[in-house]
Amino acid sequence: MTKPDYIRPLDFRQGRIDMNHGAGGRAGAQLIDELFARAFDNEWLRQGDDGALLDVPADHRLVMATDAHVISPLFFPGGDIGCLAVHGTVNDVAMLGARPLYLAASFILEEGLALADLKRIVESMAAAARDAGVAVVTGDTKVVEQGKGDGVFITTTGVGVVPRRRRIGGAQARPGDVVLLSGTIGEHGVAVLSQRESLEFETAIVSDTAALHSLVAALLAAVPDGAVHTLRDPTRGGLATTLNEIARQSGVGMLLDEAAIPLQPQVEAACELLGLDPLYIANEGKLVAVVASEAAEAALAALRGHPLGAAAARIGVVHDDPHRFVQMATRLGGQRVVDWLSGEPLPRIC
Amino acid sequence: MCLALPARVVQRLDGEQAVVELGGVKKTVSLALVPEARPGDYVIVHVGHAIGLVDPQEAERTLALFAEMGAAR
Amino acid sequence: MKYVDEFRDGDLARHIAARIATAVQPDRRYSFMEFCGGHTHAIARYGIAELLPEAVRMIHGPGCPVCVLPIGRIDQAIHLALERGAIVCTYGDTMRVPASPVAAGPSPGDGVPLGGRAAKPPRGSSDPLSLMKAKARGADIRMVYSAADALKVARENPQREVVFFAIGFETTTPPTALVIRQAAAEQLSNFSVLCCHVLTPSAITHILESAEVRHYGTVPIDGFIGPAHVSIVIGSAPYEHFADEYRKPVVIAGFEPLDVMQAILMLVRQVNEGRAEVENEFTRAVTRDGNAAAQAVVSQVFELRERFEWRGLGEVPYSALKIRGDFAAYDAERRFGLDYRGVPDHKQCECGAILRGVKRPTDCKLFGTVCTPDNPMGSCMVSSEGACAAHYSYGRFRDIPVVAA
Repeated sequence: MTKPDYIRPLDFRQGRIDMNHGAGGRAGAQLIDELFARAFDNEWLRQGDDGALLDVPADHRLVMATDAHVISPLFFPGGDIGCLAVHGTVNDVAMLGARPLYLAASFILEEGLALADLKRIVESMAAAARDAGVAVVTGDTKVVEQGKGDGVFITTTGVGVVPRRRRIGGAQARPGDVVLLSGTIGEHGVAVLSQRESLEFETAIVSDTAALHSLVAALLAAVPDGAVHTLRDPTRGGLATTLNEIARQSGVGMLLDEAAIPLQPQVEAACELLGLDPLYIANEGKLVAVVASEAAEAALAALRGHPLGAAAARIGVVHDDPHRFVQMATRLGGQRVVDWLSGEPLPRIC
Repeated sequence: MCLALPARVVQRLDGEQAVVELGGVKKTVSLALVPEARPGDYVIVHVGHAIGLVDPQEAERTLALFAEMGAAR
Repeated sequence: MKYVDEFRDGDLARHIAARIATAVQPDRRYSFMEFCGGHTHAIARYGIAELLPEAVRMIHGPGCPVCVLPIGRIDQAIHLALERGAIVCTYGDTMRVPASPVAAGPSPGDGVPLGGRAAKPPRGSSDPLSLMKAKARGADIRMVYSAADALKVARENPQREVVFFAIGFETTTPPTALVIRQAAAEQLSNFSVLCCHVLTPSAITHILESAEVRHYGTVPIDGFIGPAHVSIVIGSAPYEHFADEYRKPVVIAGFEPLDVMQAILMLVRQVNEGRAEVENEFTRAVTRDGNAAAQAVVSQVFELRERFEWRGLGEVPYSALKIRGDFAAYDAERRFGLDYRGVPDHKQCECGAILRGVKRPTDCKLFGTVCTPDNPMGSCMVSSEGACAAHYSYGRFRDIPVVAA
């Protein structure tokens, strides 16, 4: 039990980040103590070192992933930059078939950021980490002058472990494989856009941001070893970008069935109104699984049996194609290519 | 660019504005170019403005035309 | 979505496709131009080409206002932002279009920015600037979703000049007119519009009858799919001219895929029967007279320009609008003393021929090599609705034999 240090506690109601918090002195230490360490509390942070000493179980390999989060606005229907930062990196680790264990989090805070907002974000992160069973074991904070940051930028790096024999990756897709999608697309992007003042549209859509590692675990448990070839979460650039990436990495083509792609009516309507294609809109709680065809049925059942995969669907197949096109049979009965995204259609949304 | 969609007028507001709805999504647009639109009407919306009314009878007639049986003349 | 989903029904599509297949006469080819970019997009997005018989070929017209916007006009907009310190508000579609390397717009008499801060002028470089790149250099360029947003920016920034970069066909013109009228009513002293609104009927005429036609050969267009939303505003009457004068059928079609397919069927029938009439497939929204309120506000605020350069088509007479004298204070060209300097496209760019249906995207040496959606060289690639962009994004897989699943 530490003795109080004769300093005024942080004012989380009215206080703001200022340049002192980033100077490496007492103000910064207080911020870490009263906010970050308190929220993330675990055995590693309690050591008070600049790094964390971690154990790795035998017969496993390490998986590491990192993500910077620069989303604006900081708070959006269904989530905030804090939980997004946790889910995003946990998911990247999970997509290699690994169990996520530890996170590092670095914060770039803009001078003037309200401490109330920062507290809300950090507590959301802490809750997301607890729910996902991961610990934030080390971190860093810096402060930049007003105008040089969008409130806060968060970079998370995640570490997880994967059994030595498991090989899941973007280059593993093979002709004959089946492409599965864990649920409806476009919600995160639309939820964030609905907050942009200039767009002025009202919708009940909320971001789908979620940690997917338990969904992945359920999937892997339901099929033989080696049946799941690729896992990826379609974040920035949407489903279309993710599938094109996999096609390119694996040197294959794909044929999708537009009618099979799950889409909520309001998301479809919002995309129509804005002139956007849901295939290119970011998702934060969905995954694509490319599985061997004989395991497809069991895989789909496993996804559907999990709360985060209730709307899972089989959306296409992998085939031989030296040009690596992702093609799609349209609802109308025609055919088109689902191409790479050209340029950035929107300001930062994840 | 010529992106325009049919939406249902939900409620008229002050200043020639109205709330319209498409597939459950609501948006505020200007009715300055279609001042006669009333709640329940469908309007075609382009860059934040209603530019015309949808005629429900003609819509039905068009759909019937698509489904028309019989060989081409 | 009502009035949308029913017009995308797959079963009805196959039904109409079958009727088109029956309707086409053996040994006869049909080439139809869909004028409007929205139709090009629908054909590409739904893969309608797959559902048409071999005998029917669709030619993608110039009906995308971003595609036909000349480089010189984008240069003017960039100049206003980078060198005159104005806040330039623009629709998103124009942001990435490459223009001239250094904002080549004219300098005014004394070079002093009107009421605003000027950003550092760019150092000379051979990389084409775009509105987005100018923004990265410090120009205050803002994407808006409607003209009213630009007015809002002007009200919120009374110390700065605000210019709305107004592009678009007749669908988009009435909202701009409303905004100019509103600015006048509020007596805003810092708002103006760079007017690049263009007219559909003149462009169609120009495609059918121009000096270049002799150069390229006979225009192989048997009929037109008329624009959907332009026609809501102007009505079906203005197209009667082509049907009479040039003996070409026009069918005005809605934007949904079933509308487009039905219109193609109606065109095939007209050609078979030797008719050249204006037919309206989009009866649920288009009347012969159009929207009187919209037409009234447009003629109150705008008048015809004698000539205007269209990218890919050259100078087209009486094809564009300028702001009337009554509203001169809101005309950015007058307010900032702008001249227009045309900038030619790459010598090997075949957009002119492609826009007239004489060549295909794959006939252009630059297509897919130098010229891609990320690096567009001409009007047909510049926006996703352009012929080359649509083919590249949605259709290029047809050029190459692909092993089916």
